[in-house]
Amino acid sequence: MTDPQSEANAYTIRLELVDEPGELLRALEPIGENGGNLLSIYHERGHITPRGHIPVEVDLEATPERYETIVDALREAGINVIQAGTERYSESLTILLSGDLVDTGLSDTFTRIRDNTNATITDFELAAPQGSAAISSGRLRLGIEEGETERTLAKIREIAAEKDLRVIEPLSGVFA
Amino acid sequence: MRLAVLGAGAVGSSVAELAGEYGHSVVALADSTSAAVDPDGVDVEAALAEKHESGAVGDASVDDALAGEYDVLVEATPTTLGDAQPAYDHVRAAFERDRHVVLANKGPVAERYADVRALERESAGELRFEATVGGAMPVLSTVEDHGPDHVSGLRGVLNGTANFILSRMAAEGLDYEHVLAEAQDLGVAEADPSFDVEGTDTALKCVIVANVLAEGEREYTLDDADVDGIVGIAGSALELANDDGRTVRLVGEVVDGDIRVGPRILPQQSPLVVSGTENVVQLATSNAGLLNVSGRGAGGPETAVSIMTDIRRLE
Repeated sequence: MTDPQSEANAYTIRLELVDEPGELLRALEPIGENGGNLLSIYHERGHITPRGHIPVEVDLEATPERYETIVDALREAGINVIQAGTERYSESLTILLSGDLVDTGLSDTFTRIRDNTNATITDFELAAPQGSAAISSGRLRLGIEEGETERTLAKIREIAAEKDLRVIEPLSGVFA
Repeated sequence: MRLAVLGAGAVGSSVAELAGEYGHSVVALADSTSAAVDPDGVDVEAALAEKHESGAVGDASVDDALAGEYDVLVEATPTTLGDAQPAYDHVRAAFERDRHVVLANKGPVAERYADVRALERESAGELRFEATVGGAMPVLSTVEDHGPDHVSGLRGVLNGTANFILSRMAAEGLDYEHVLAEAQDLGVAEADPSFDVEGTDTALKCVIVANVLAEGEREYTLDDADVDGIVGIAGSALELANDDGRTVRLVGEVVDGDIRVGPRILPQQSPLVVSGTENVVQLATSNAGLLNVSGRGAGGPETAVSIMTDIRRLE
């Protein structure tokens, strides 16, 4: 007989919580109750997702079977599970956008990025200076699958060009 | 070595002034319209004083300077694009007389690399151009020492004006126009800063590196570079980068035969994040990983020193 503990794997679950008291605790309960071993919680308070939720990343250890039960239990409890398990995005990409971000439709920009790439928007922060000047900036963090950086950036450049937004990209990935 | 120095701006005059210290003599010093020529050595101080007074360095012509008895032509006239004239004709004149050519002018090697190499092949003279990339930093000589085969790419901050503007904006939370005006007051930016802030200067340096790395298999010109500058870059974008432990620098990249220049978001700890007018270059080598070279990327004496290292390799 195999010891179930020896089969435990590490998993990362990304959740989006509603900004209400007690939500974090409510999200963690199904993990302990179903035999998951909580390793770390990354709770980025102050950062909100485009939908107005708070992103939380939970690392835990569990057997594959228990892990499935945990994800199901989270979903049953009405917790918003964004990513679970092995489909974890392996690369993170941070870019800056500037221009008339607000009037060109922020949520449309996000929708189009989501619909046209395999990337997930994991974080966004907007800086819209006071005054009549329309130049605002945003910092966007994307979770992307390995090898998808160039394709994702090409799409974003296209969307940005249409909206007359400036994109500040990271360096080319391939070097050395 | 006996030097004929063409160009009497910041770089040319520094070359002429420093030549003696490095064991060379100046037998001709010319600006765009006049020259001082003396086989026994030009009185550099007097010639530059004369230029200051009357606008002419001497009574001779540029052609007289090119026809003189020199070992090395130092081409330090302002960089021109397209046909790279009149520098290209100066290079040709020197090679036809089997003289060595050392360039500070980027035009000939950025816009007409194959033509210039063809002239060199027909000549007993040799071409060197360390000063065209990264001022005092040994970039091309490092590539040469490793061999272009063993250097797979370069990326770097190669324009001090743009770097000054971006680092000041990030440090002080000031906007682009304000910092540009300040840079102009300080003499860091020229009255017409377009060459620097639009990314052209950085791109030319990358094109030159790409030509060296390609070893004649492909010729690059400015048209092959994908260039974006920093004009009007938003202070709010720099603030957002800063809040996330990052910043923005104007970076030139030569990777896999592609040249691109533009503002890039970088971690603040990146070796490419230098402040003020400093420059930095990162070379990817095949067996030694990344090599970082940083230093002063522009300036009269700094660029002149790179020219001296080229001349030393010709001795």
